[in-house]
Amino acid sequence: MNYFKDIKASRRAVLKAGAVSAGAAVVPSLGLAQAAARPADAPVLASVSFTVNGKMQRLDVDTRTTLLDVLREQLHLTGTKKGCDHGQCGACTILLDGRRINACLTLAVMHEGAQITTIEGLGTPDKLHPMQAAFVKHDGYQCGYCTPGQICSAVAVLDEIKRGVPSHVSASLTEQPLLSVDEIRERMSGNICRCGAYSNIVEAVAEAGGQP
Amino acid sequence: MKAFTYQRAASPAQAAAAASRTPGARFIAGGTNLLDLMKLEIETPSHLVDVNGLGFDRIEATPDGGLRIGALVRNTDLAADARVRRDYGVLSRALLAGASGQLRNKATTAGNLLQRTRCAYFYDTNQPCNKRVPGSGCSAIGGINRQHAVIGASSACIATHPSDMAVAMRLLDARIETVRASGAARVIPIADFYRLPGDTPHLDTVLEAGELITGVTLPPPLGGVHVYRKVRDRASYAFALVSVAAVIQPDGRGRVALGGVAHQPWRVEAAERHLPHGAAAVAGALLSGARPTEQNAFKITLVERTLAAVLLDARDDGSEHRSKPA
Repeated sequence: MNYFKDIKASRRAVLKAGAVSAGAAVVPSLGLAQAAARPADAPVLASVSFTVNGKMQRLDVDTRTTLLDVLREQLHLTGTKKGCDHGQCGACTILLDGRRINACLTLAVMHEGAQITTIEGLGTPDKLHPMQAAFVKHDGYQCGYCTPGQICSAVAVLDEIKRGVPSHVSASLTEQPLLSVDEIRERMSGNICRCGAYSNIVEAVAEAGGQP
Repeated sequence: MKAFTYQRAASPAQAAAAASRTPGARFIAGGTNLLDLMKLEIETPSHLVDVNGLGFDRIEATPDGGLRIGALVRNTDLAADARVRRDYGVLSRALLAGASGQLRNKATTAGNLLQRTRCAYFYDTNQPCNKRVPGSGCSAIGGINRQHAVIGASSACIATHPSDMAVAMRLLDARIETVRASGAARVIPIADFYRLPGDTPHLDTVLEAGELITGVTLPPPLGGVHVYRKVRDRASYAFALVSVAAVIQPDGRGRVALGGVAHQPWRVEAAERHLPHGAAAVAGALLSGARPTEQNAFKITLVERTLAAVLLDARDDGSEHRSKPA
């Protein structure tokens, strides 16, 4: 008897059954009696649609699935990395509606209609994003694991400075923040690099931001 | 993570009603704290009510010259709002001193107020913790408690409140607007919002089951020099050992509140009359009755010194709302 085949078959049946009840569970007019009748530990599936790197995606997900796990495990966009999975390291940084977030600390099902950009959507090996090119030029990495998150974060940092969003080290709250080393270090503090490539990362971000 | 059902709330009353009717339901907005705790199974909601669609994402002037901040306004947007930067600089500074750019883009005003302690024993499900499992004991008392509370704590819990934003809001006398499960609205002054741990440390605030924060109102601007000074183990992206929020007027009078020392933002209005007489008098009155542990007794000295630095900043820097990285 093919053990794995049996597991697959029964798993599919479970998923299918789950999908039927989950379809009802996710709509705003959720029947709460139905929710209460659900076995306490049974997975709940839900549908969600959003755009990733310009392409519309319609997905069925377990409600527990983070945006990070959807990107990596369902869409196979493995450029976005899982480091700590608790919002402490920044390896999972992506752009959500143009703003950087930790993809590990948000649920996929919460992003109906969102525009998501991952490292794969910023540039390609043939046509690098200027921030990617600057990281290469300045050797802004060593093992490379944190790099996609660093680059997505850095792209957003330049945008935040451009839009005048102040930081902890901005001398004035009311004047345009500078693209200084101190500003870059503070604004990039949510991206940890355990190889310690920080000084080269700062140089890369400064150059991509137009500083000589 | 435990499985849960999920719904997007269509109205505040519906959200509050759904949350109160469904045992184990929780609201979710930014999710940056709740999902972290759910992954560790410290929080195990059976149902999530997503309130992101409720439209509480605006900052509006109030008729009396203050500001009403929607519950869903993201920390980044609140810190960057031109009116907040100009008139409530201490609030911008406090927000910018907390978390990372990524987290501030997601974290909401209400969620920041409601974030749970970062006590390591609260986070470690292998250890007793009265906040996580009422009656199980406190591992921090007698444990590693360098980060913990020096005042207002109890024999059941010595955790601190982690928020920087809430310290500034306490200083500014913010009022928290809610809707209850019955649909009735109420306003809670922030001074009455948080609980001291006592023998019920699992209850952080006075919110009832299913009660939803809809916004936070700030009274008209105070003027003066606004300072938020945070002392931590790293230069950035760390919780406070001690923080001081202050608004100081040209005549030396003003307000002061502390973070990192208690189960709630710590303000003692009666201590503020000592402000023209210097940091030692104010710190003494603020921390009167403090009972630090051997490991965190340094916070008593640190509060006085940080407050002294804040008063110097305010005196030297009267023309600019400014705080310096500690």
